[in-house]
Amino acid sequence: MTKSHKRLLFIAKRALYGIPVILGIVIVNFLLLQLMEGDAVDALAGEAASATPEYMAQLRERFGLDQPIYVQLFAYVRNVVMLDLGYSFRHDMPVLDLIMTRLGPTMLLMTTTLFIAIVMGIVLGLLAATGLNTWRDTIISILALVSYATPLFWVGLMLVLLFSVRLGWLPTSGMETIGAGYTGLERALDIARHMVMPVIALSLFYMAAFTRLMRASMLEQANMDYVTTARAKGLTERRIVWGHVLRNAVLPVVTMGGVQIANMLGGSVIIESVFGWPGLGLLAFEALFARDLNLLLGIFLLAACMVVVANLVIDIIYTFLDPRIELK
Amino acid sequence: MSNPILDIRDLHIALPPHADRPFAVQGLDLSIERDEIVCVVGESGSGKSLTGRAVMRLLPGPHVRATKGVIQFGGEDLLQVSEARMRSIRGARIAMIFQEPMTALNPLMTIGEQIDELVRIHRREPASKRRERARDILDDVGLPDPAKMLDAYPHEMSGGQRQRAMIAMALILEPELIIADEPTTALDVTTQAQILRLLKELQAKHHTGVLYITHDFGVVADIADRVVVMHNGLQVESGVADEVLNRPQEAYTRKLIAAVPSLTPGQRQAYDENDTALETQDLRKTFHTGGGLFGIGGRQVDAVRDVSIRLYRGTTLGVVGESGSGKSTLARLIVRLLEADSGSIMLDGQDQRALGRAELRKFRKRVQMVFQDPFGSLNPRYRVGRLISEGMIIHGTSTSEARRRTAELLELVGLETSAAGRFPHEFSGGQRQRIGLARALALDPEILVADEPVSALDVSVQAQVLKLLDDVRDRFGLSMLFITHDLRVAAQICDHIAVMSKGEVVEYEPTSRLFADPRHSYTRELLGSVPGRDWVVPDLT
Repeated sequence: MTKSHKRLLFIAKRALYGIPVILGIVIVNFLLLQLMEGDAVDALAGEAASATPEYMAQLRERFGLDQPIYVQLFAYVRNVVMLDLGYSFRHDMPVLDLIMTRLGPTMLLMTTTLFIAIVMGIVLGLLAATGLNTWRDTIISILALVSYATPLFWVGLMLVLLFSVRLGWLPTSGMETIGAGYTGLERALDIARHMVMPVIALSLFYMAAFTRLMRASMLEQANMDYVTTARAKGLTERRIVWGHVLRNAVLPVVTMGGVQIANMLGGSVIIESVFGWPGLGLLAFEALFARDLNLLLGIFLLAACMVVVANLVIDIIYTFLDPRIELK
Repeated sequence: MSNPILDIRDLHIALPPHADRPFAVQGLDLSIERDEIVCVVGESGSGKSLTGRAVMRLLPGPHVRATKGVIQFGGEDLLQVSEARMRSIRGARIAMIFQEPMTALNPLMTIGEQIDELVRIHRREPASKRRERARDILDDVGLPDPAKMLDAYPHEMSGGQRQRAMIAMALILEPELIIADEPTTALDVTTQAQILRLLKELQAKHHTGVLYITHDFGVVADIADRVVVMHNGLQVESGVADEVLNRPQEAYTRKLIAAVPSLTPGQRQAYDENDTALETQDLRKTFHTGGGLFGIGGRQVDAVRDVSIRLYRGTTLGVVGESGSGKSTLARLIVRLLEADSGSIMLDGQDQRALGRAELRKFRKRVQMVFQDPFGSLNPRYRVGRLISEGMIIHGTSTSEARRRTAELLELVGLETSAAGRFPHEFSGGQRQRIGLARALALDPEILVADEPVSALDVSVQAQVLKLLDDVRDRFGLSMLFITHDLRVAAQICDHIAVMSKGEVVEYEPTSRLFADPRHSYTRELLGSVPGRDWVVPDLT
């Protein structure tokens, strides 16, 4: 079996392992939300303000909410497997459709942020480690520490205050200028202008984390025996850093990147709320306050899928970066 | 001694301001001729490794640096030349081989890439020619299928193969000088013997000068033309190998050589053949590794296969083998840190594997273990007194009684009683092994299982600890299971030896018979691989 065959098999296997994981998460999510006070009927009745107990019981019967929990769970899991995530009464739309319209903006925000955070983190960490204990290292380390310690929402608000309110360079919120009717390149540029601040605000924290990790990883690798071997071969320091240390040092950063994707979903709830970005984070925030359980479950499920997929992607990247990973 | 390729004069290497001594190396004179192997031998901290690094100008600066002296190489003083000049010498004219071939190679690059990189920066040659050259050198160092090996990653090779690849890399540009820093210390003895033979062969073929750094007098006896003995940064003695090994002049050299265990088994006391302390019958352990969901596709390793051994009361049984032979697993099965899959462990005619929880606790008291790593096996947050007395207190001894016993035990193993109030990191490796022994003895065991208890120690310390183990065994009437890879040590301390290979005991004999008349081919190979087997350690007392 060739290496690429093995890799395909490895990927297929890993993807298969994701299925029981997601199924487990679906069940846990469902049971967790059962612990929450009130159900959709309470919420509806609360809004209508005129529901009689008989009417509520009738509604419960219609939605199947009077059934024992395991029956409800079974029905829910069966629906999820058929890709039926239920109906959001609040938005008057099937949950799946609703999530799909919001997935794009969030993915755009997250992938851009992650890309910038990792690339910048690696570059800054490299610069700090190669200039250890010089002004370069000091400045980068202090910046990383400050960004790491600053709350996301505060950064977002300050950016809005400076660039939108004071300078008027960038739009305060939203993903594009509503009603401008841009198309093609014009539209892309418009979205890019709207993205600048959310991306900066969200990536600052992760960039700081990656910078610190990369710096530590570089310093750890620089003390390894193979670096001494490389020196004993007569390599220049530059070649040692680029040819030997860098590749080894990047590995933990890639691992961390996978872990941070899950965290970033949490971060995007805040950033999307601050900048009115029409993504999943904002949707989740609204669903939570509206007790829109179907929608909330749908978002949780999607988040779980994203984390599973992200981990799969990291595993695949690893098979290219590290030959020690066994493809089996 | 006309024209040495390397001539070190009055070398001083300074240590950082707060180190225990001002110089790592002080006033070293050393020269190497073409076609000559010079061994620098010494215990840890003697400055031997830093000497090698200094020649390559690879000292771990900025505080550790050569402050005085001359290193003449090819008409230049290496301490004075520019960094760029030094780089053109490193790898091309002076090459280096390190102790641990796994970590000394970049795990993410193939062997071919790592060798090619060296050639590329020193020679202007087309890629195809470089590849051909690399393939030839891998063939020279005896690696199977060299073309395929070029594309192998370090983790895909065995330890011996990796070290061969390192040697290939060192030799490919035909340097005038090779610095080998303990290149066989991390290898098994049979592999070590092969690598030493290979090094000597290739050195003779290319007329290379070799600076060989080692702690092992057996290795010195095998390959050295001349020897320099170092101690605490000072050169104690130097001369032709035969002189230094057989007629050492200086007291320190004599002490070191006297501490090398002889390969001739010593006289052992008589024992009662009917009095068995411990016996295993068909003991078996299989490890399952890897595999996915439900363990499909994993591998099975038979770590211990149907091992039956007998330990007579008051004697020491050596279990000898190379890494992966299953000897440590066997020790852990007997102490019941691991559960055997099948077979029995008989103590007083009773199978200990059938014991319940409460009885197992009593069993633990009777069989105690001394571990290999004097650093990892003592909890760094516990004071020595607590480390030793904890077991006694668990088994119901009163605190005051435990304290009194602890003091006794510390004295017994040759430590001050005040040691009880200190932490493990305040002690040297040898002292920690003594603490480990005191801890094991605290429960008054009948059987002591020692897993490579001296392999992490310097040779002079090793001799002391071995003697202590022997004394303690006699004094307490203990029976000892002694796991080791070192046949010299086994010859001196064991009454019987079981040779293990691939999980099986291939030969089990009284020590003197095993050394005089080894039956199994593996035992013969093992005995033939002991470094310095042809050198009879001189009686210097």
